[in-house]
Amino acid sequence: MPEMAGLGDGAPLFVQVADRLAGEIADGGVGEGERVPSTNELAAFYRINPATAAKGINLLADDGLLEKRRGIGMFVAAGARGRLLARRRAEFAQRYVSPLVAEAVRLGIGSDELIALVKEADREREGASL
Amino acid sequence: MTPAISVSGLTRRYRGHAALDEVDIVIEPGTITGLLGRNGAGKTTLLRILAGQEFPSSGTARIHGAAPAEDEQVLRRLVFVREDQVYPDIKIGQALRAASWCCPNWDGEFASSLLEDFGLQTNKPVKRLSRGQRSALGIAIGLAARAEVTLFDEPYAGLDAVARQLFYDRLLADFAAFPRTVLLSTHLIDEAAALFENVVVIDRGRVVLNAAVDELRGAVTRVSGPCLAVDALAEGRAVWERRRLGSQASVVLAGPIAPGDREQARLSGVDLTPLSLQQIAVQAAAGAFGSAPRIGLESGFATERTCA
Repeated sequence: MPEMAGLGDGAPLFVQVADRLAGEIADGGVGEGERVPSTNELAAFYRINPATAAKGINLLADDGLLEKRRGIGMFVAAGARGRLLARRRAEFAQRYVSPLVAEAVRLGIGSDELIALVKEADREREGASL
Repeated sequence: MTPAISVSGLTRRYRGHAALDEVDIVIEPGTITGLLGRNGAGKTTLLRILAGQEFPSSGTARIHGAAPAEDEQVLRRLVFVREDQVYPDIKIGQALRAASWCCPNWDGEFASSLLEDFGLQTNKPVKRLSRGQRSALGIAIGLAARAEVTLFDEPYAGLDAVARQLFYDRLLADFAAFPRTVLLSTHLIDEAAALFENVVVIDRGRVVLNAAVDELRGAVTRVSGPCLAVDALAEGRAVWERRRLGSQASVVLAGPIAPGDREQARLSGVDLTPLSLQQIAVQAAAGAFGSAPRIGLESGFATERTCA
């Protein structure tokens, strides 16, 4: 793949740009009321067509996550982070748990064993972060 | 709005062989379009006609609504950078000066900064440049011209990956600051894919795909796994390619894959891999879209089953 700062083939680029930006807002990388990168800044960073970057920004603006301040740029709307986190929680089971269970079933890993593995992974993570 | 480029029923014949065959293309101003296709597909012929350097056998080509051939007004709004441009016996500085006379939007400072980026000195004779350096000079001229319609025909012969990335970066930055219409022919598709808003794929003189890149990315998927499970997913869909090896099958499906189908694929051990723009262009040129012009994603081969 070309150097597109990590964007891939799986979805339209503007959707991927919007997802990245939404991820940053959800993680608190850009706070509410802060300015997000401009279309041209995003285009230069991701090495993509500016029209594609603009479509990505508009996706979030149409969703009410960004708001335009005339002549200055796009800013993270109030309440955007909470809404994004709520959405991610709602998607968690479908995006992460179902594939995990499906693979476990294929390998003959029962639910008790799976739960034990999850707990172990959590302990390791805690250990690593200490 | 008048299209920046509009081509209608364009045909160019050479001794009975059609280099272009009833080509229809409309390109809106302020967009970057990729012109893709195999060697000999007709890309250069199309660009030469648009640049007024060649005449169609029939049909029309318009730049901002006017015919380019021998029209001074049109040609001043256009720049054409060819693969392996031939220059007279002059120095780089003179080549730039000549370009500045014919390009009303010429930016000399930008030209100088591009020369510096590519490591070219103005006092060097063009004759003594390597192939890559000549390409770099063509790119510098094509970008600094800031022409309303900018045509690049595989402009990077002999340029290494670093220099090509430099070209893409400068093109994007300058396009963002000074929007214009760019038509870039290339066979390094994946490398240049993110530049394009639209792509036109031509094959044997015909347009086989003309679409917005956003609609293509993620819209074509290779589905591989156990034959029966693959067939179940392909049921009733446009299938571009089928292969089978024993109990395993691999097909290429057009159109989005619904979440339910993804779940089904996961449960039955079927892999879903989105095709890159390059792979889509290869499929298009291989005839997946049929030979009629302006064919979209919905068409495909007959949906017979892979597993007998």
